[in-house]
Amino acid sequence: MRCGDFRQTYAADMAIFETSFARRLLLLFFAVLLVVPAFASSFWLDVLNRILIAVVAATGLNILTGFTGQISLGNAAFLAVGAYTTAVLAGRLGLPFPVVIPVAGVVTALVGMVFGVPSLRLKGLYLAVATLAAHFVIEFTITHWESMTGGVNGISVPAAQLGPLVLEGDRRLYYLALPLTAGLLLFAKNLFRTKVGKAFVAIRDQDISAEVMGVHVFRYKLLSFGVSSFYVGVAGALLGYQARIISPENFPITLAIDYLGMIIIGGMGSILGSIFGAVFITLLPELLRLAVGPLSSSFPQLTTLFASLKMGVFGLAIVLFLVFEPDGMAARWHTIKNYWKLYPFSY
Amino acid sequence: MEFLLQLVISGLVVGSIYSLVGLGFVIIYKSSSILNFAQGEFLMLGAYVCLAIFATHRVPFLAAFALTLLFSVLLGVLMERVLLRPMIGEPVISVIMLTLGLASVLRAVVQGFWGTDTRPYPEIFPTTPVRIGPLPVSQGYLYSVASVVLLLALFSVFFKYSRAGIAMRATAFSQQVALSMGISVKRIFALAWSIAAVVSAVGGVLLGGIRGGVDGAFALFGLKVIPVVILGGLDSVAGAIVGGLIMGVLENLAGGYLDPLLGGGVKEVAPFIALVAILAVKPYGLFGKVKIERV
Repeated sequence: MRCGDFRQTYAADMAIFETSFARRLLLLFFAVLLVVPAFASSFWLDVLNRILIAVVAATGLNILTGFTGQISLGNAAFLAVGAYTTAVLAGRLGLPFPVVIPVAGVVTALVGMVFGVPSLRLKGLYLAVATLAAHFVIEFTITHWESMTGGVNGISVPAAQLGPLVLEGDRRLYYLALPLTAGLLLFAKNLFRTKVGKAFVAIRDQDISAEVMGVHVFRYKLLSFGVSSFYVGVAGALLGYQARIISPENFPITLAIDYLGMIIIGGMGSILGSIFGAVFITLLPELLRLAVGPLSSSFPQLTTLFASLKMGVFGLAIVLFLVFEPDGMAARWHTIKNYWKLYPFSY
Repeated sequence: MEFLLQLVISGLVVGSIYSLVGLGFVIIYKSSSILNFAQGEFLMLGAYVCLAIFATHRVPFLAAFALTLLFSVLLGVLMERVLLRPMIGEPVISVIMLTLGLASVLRAVVQGFWGTDTRPYPEIFPTTPVRIGPLPVSQGYLYSVASVVLLLALFSVFFKYSRAGIAMRATAFSQQVALSMGISVKRIFALAWSIAAVVSAVGGVLLGGIRGGVDGAFALFGLKVIPVVILGGLDSVAGAIVGGLIMGVLENLAGGYLDPLLGGGVKEVAPFIALVAILAVKPYGLFGKVKIERV
């Protein structure tokens, strides 16, 4: 029986999975996820896909905000860049998804890096404000570049396809989104075991010290913007493939706030936290709807109030988490896990 | 020429509302280094509360207005006590998210109580326009500009001479020194949030009077005001006032002259383009205190 954490080598300390049991458990979980579509209704498949998309985007945002400490309010706009790139590449040029998705990621990464340039001079609040401006500038561009984006009417995206394979509908798209999400999560987890990831964390903790230790702060900040936006761009591509019609209304500033809410509630600076947060925030309105459904026969005004109820619960969740569990669900998860891991001989 | 003047005047009016909301921003930022993204919701809430008191309880408008201000004071104190105090020492992102979450809750409360439709506002200003030179200007415009000037004067005196005002400046300068001089920093924070809620509520009521109606779009003022305070300097009261007026005129001019060329929407985005330019050239704004820190 385990009664403590013993790590005798650096390799053990850096391992992604502490024990082979954890790895097997995760593989089992992945296998379960693979067979879920066979049993899920189309409603839950839609929700599952949206969760996967949110996980990718939240992980991207967490790389930038949680790990590198650069606050960004521009992620909804970056998501839009990814989605619109997909619409243009897949719709106009008819390219297959193995080309479209990486290119959407790269284009978004470039856009993200352009808007990351102010981070050279700006920190904290000022950077948040600059990225907020980025959001409105990108939104304006999308609305007015009608020849490319279709303006306010939006643009349609064809189903993801590769030769004869057409991923039409949520069930098929799920099998594209799930491995992609898993791969990106694994990459992100590994990123923070490398020099680059360590440099990100060093910048977050104290940028001047990072500079003194030889981290090229500006280069790594830009790189962080790039990697983060790549993730958000990929999420945008998936979103485009799922929604099939996208318009500027799909990417309001409140969406950016939703994503920030995910990493706050899930846990900043934690890959697991991004997953928890994305699942929580995506499921919240659905569960609310399920809860409101049976009640609406006795309280008919609930259906009209639903939009504000959703908004209120979202805001309340953020506020309560910040006040009572500022480190997010991931921290709480670790506390619980550690308690049981060492039970009953914790010391 | 007349078109230009018209644009400038209506720009100044909207700008004066920006100044009021910006004032609230700056006062909170000055004393507690928090950027309050819920400022626009304070404005919206103030407008709705005043309307509700006036319309349902049949009290004179000025009494309703006074009650609204009282409500705002209580709201500010409550915010500070319940939400902001646990945030002391937390990273910037947490505090930003807290105000964003708060904004979401306030918007939900307003929608829940009053719905999403535009509500007509009582005519609080006389409707006959006054002529300034060749232009007819509605009296509501004059009242709103006048009240901004009045508030500016009031706050300048308050910060310069009153005990509480001096204590607030001391807190802004250094919280530790202020504490060791016997100033209750917590009380100062509560005061700052109350003042911010009050000036926003005044802005909301004025805006409701000018527009003749109130709806959820009022909350957008909170975001629109961010370029204003960056232009003026985040920690400068005078900067908020000047920045508000400049930004109001700027967005109106941009909207008036560029909209026909670019096909609409320029008015909304112009302040943010200006914001990027300001951040690139003079990140601490016109009157902000320059903090030199090299990375």
